[in-house]
Amino acid sequence: MQAVENKSYSDSKQEMQVVAFQLGLEEYAVDIINVQEIIKLHKVTRIPRTEPYVEGVINLRGNIIPLFNLHTKFKLPARGSSEDQRIIVFQLDDIKAAIIVDKVSEVLHINTGDIEATDHVYQGMNASHINGIAKIEDRILILLNIYKILINDNIR
Amino acid sequence: MTTIDMSQYLDVFLEESREHLANLNRCLLELEQQPHNGAALNEIFRAAHTLKGMSSTMGFEDLADLTHHMEDVLSSLKEAVLEVNGQVTDVLFRCFDRIQIMVEGIERERSGELDNSDLVALLETLKSGDSQAAALAEPAPVPARAAQAEGEAPVRFELNDYDLALIDEARNRGFKVLLLEVEVDQNCAMKTVRSFMVFKALESEGDITKAAPPVQDLEDGKFDSGFSLLYVTHLNAEEVQRRINGISEVRANSVKEFGLDEYQAGQVPDQAEADRGNPAAQAQPADNGSKVQKFKQKVRVDIEKLDEMMNLVGELVMHKGRLEQIGLISKNSELEETVEQVDRITTELQSVVMKVRMVPIEQVFNRFPRMVRDLAKELGKEIDFIMEGQETELDRTVIDEIGDPLIHLLRNALDHGIELPQERLQGGKPGRGMVKLSARHEGNNVYIEVEDDGRGINLERVLEKAVNKGLISSREAEQITAEEAFRLVFTPGFSTAAEVTDVSGRGVGLDVVKAKMEAIGGEISVASKAGRGTRFTIKLPLTLAIIQALTVSVGEEIYAIPLSNVDETTMISDQDIKMVQNQEVILLRGKVLPLYRLRSLLDVPGEAPVQESTYVVVVRKADRQAGLVVDALIGQHEIVIKSLGKLLSGISGLAGAIVAGDGNVHLILDVASLF
Repeated sequence: MQAVENKSYSDSKQEMQVVAFQLGLEEYAVDIINVQEIIKLHKVTRIPRTEPYVEGVINLRGNIIPLFNLHTKFKLPARGSSEDQRIIVFQLDDIKAAIIVDKVSEVLHINTGDIEATDHVYQGMNASHINGIAKIEDRILILLNIYKILINDNIR
Repeated sequence: MTTIDMSQYLDVFLEESREHLANLNRCLLELEQQPHNGAALNEIFRAAHTLKGMSSTMGFEDLADLTHHMEDVLSSLKEAVLEVNGQVTDVLFRCFDRIQIMVEGIERERSGELDNSDLVALLETLKSGDSQAAALAEPAPVPARAAQAEGEAPVRFELNDYDLALIDEARNRGFKVLLLEVEVDQNCAMKTVRSFMVFKALESEGDITKAAPPVQDLEDGKFDSGFSLLYVTHLNAEEVQRRINGISEVRANSVKEFGLDEYQAGQVPDQAEADRGNPAAQAQPADNGSKVQKFKQKVRVDIEKLDEMMNLVGELVMHKGRLEQIGLISKNSELEETVEQVDRITTELQSVVMKVRMVPIEQVFNRFPRMVRDLAKELGKEIDFIMEGQETELDRTVIDEIGDPLIHLLRNALDHGIELPQERLQGGKPGRGMVKLSARHEGNNVYIEVEDDGRGINLERVLEKAVNKGLISSREAEQITAEEAFRLVFTPGFSTAAEVTDVSGRGVGLDVVKAKMEAIGGEISVASKAGRGTRFTIKLPLTLAIIQALTVSVGEEIYAIPLSNVDETTMISDQDIKMVQNQEVILLRGKVLPLYRLRSLLDVPGEAPVQESTYVVVVRKADRQAGLVVDALIGQHEIVIKSLGKLLSGISGLAGAIVAGDGNVHLILDVASLF
């Protein structure tokens, strides 16, 4: 998994599909390969005695899936109505985990050549949380390293 | 020692062999009733053929050999050269029984060696078309192979009832049974060839029924200077002697009539030996078809599928609960009846699935004998390690968790319990120590015990340590009961070993073992007598997946408390609550009970409702009681425990989660780590 973590896309000229979504004021994207599904807001069960960015757990067809709040984790302002909010469920190795996003924009094809490596730090994120920045026309997408954010940061 | 890989194949082999045997018996029964049932014959042929292939692949030569001869007879039957009659089916049934004995032998001691020359002879006779003679059991000239290596005694044949009957029969028919002592010249370069020539010379005029050492060994040249033979012939002793002496480098030292009475007098009535050496007698009572019922068909299933099945049954149990509630509310008698039916079936299904998931504790125990042996050697101690109840079954989830704690207890027993041989002898004990690991079922629990006959726990030293480490005050130490004192060894930070050794390690103590046991719903206790030994007893639930729980609510949230932790529930009013050293307590039947408010323990949002009386769930945490204050009691349910997953593991106070009938997730409290 180390390879995925540090992967810089700028060397190759391949196309990749990403799910673009809004979180606070910025637009972010994750590799679609890790996305299991996108669902509407669910009844969340709070988990006591854990980090504040653990929103709780949800029941997805009998599976109990932890739900993380990246607004809290990276101190991003919440934006948009709860109508637009979605839960993105990820399948990472054998672990399922989900995040709340303010709005899912679309599924995009991006050229890996358009992705720039960055060591810029956004809000509470550091460089290891970000795989790069993609510029598509006038949009800027921050590609998240979801494996690092959900697994490496949380595994006990 | 058999490697793990080998034993895995062995399991498959054993299972499949049993299936084939069951098949063989069933089809042969059919064939016996309808001698022209071609389908049954084909099935028998197929099963026997597969069995032959399997056993020869696994290297069980005796089994392969017997099935091979069976196959010969079966193909004669198929080709209609031979007719299906009583004798044929009889012999075949006896073969099946013998195969079963061999398969059992393979399962028990990983070796399927057995002398089947009697049956092989019968099969040969059958094949030659003389089924009448088969009943008379005339042996064919097939070299006998004794089941066991012979000892030092000059003549030590393993004769089973069948052999004895054969000898008797031969005598009655005017044959001589001779005992030959043959010696091969010490300087002989090719002993094997000489022995072969002896066999050749003899077999033309009679049958060699037994050889010592076994024929296989003779063929391989594995004998010193001579061998003994039991020979059935029409020749007289002098003639036999003359023939043998005619072979160069070989001398017949003695040729005499075999005395059956002498032989029998010389036999030690050893039951175990008789069992092993006497398969025909064992097979006898099973000769009829009634034992077919004993065989069971088995299927190998991926454990993940079983887990999935368990999950689904869990869901079913949940929804059944929901259905029951609806039935109660709607007061529809027809619905209630149906729900009752569903309830019965679900309960049954649940117990069946539970049973399917059970695995013998052997899986964990198996690695211990070697570990104990190595450890004893390392520590310079002599130990007899006894294991009992390996067949005791436990849910797989529990099995996975008990390995490490048991290793710890065994190491403890070896390291701290058992004394050095010299010390033991001085104490008037045998130099060899005893460590016993046993498992047994009792009600809904499994008990595992680790027992040693070592020095026992020194109570005074336990108390001294506990006081020194500030676990108890010296005043408490004076009043403490032995039972309570023993319990101190499970307290975190307690270790009685005067010096820390490599074996028991540092820092990891019995408290860890206890915590682990509690985490899987178990309990551990210890009993000990100074100088006599120590016994640790672990009590485990049969399964972890489905438990009874009390559901309670606090604010908007609902929690489940495993019923095994709940002693009772009670209602108190505000006046009942007293403060002792900044801790809320109540008096429950004269006993002081500390109170914990679930709302604040779990930071549940919202304010406590203003109500006249408060619900208290009295929970047991190890040997202590405490009261949990909740807003309301909801009810008692059967719940299916689900893990919170890797990302949320290890949160204190939480044991997992359940998916309730309405689809909401509720958390299960872990009383041991809640407060």
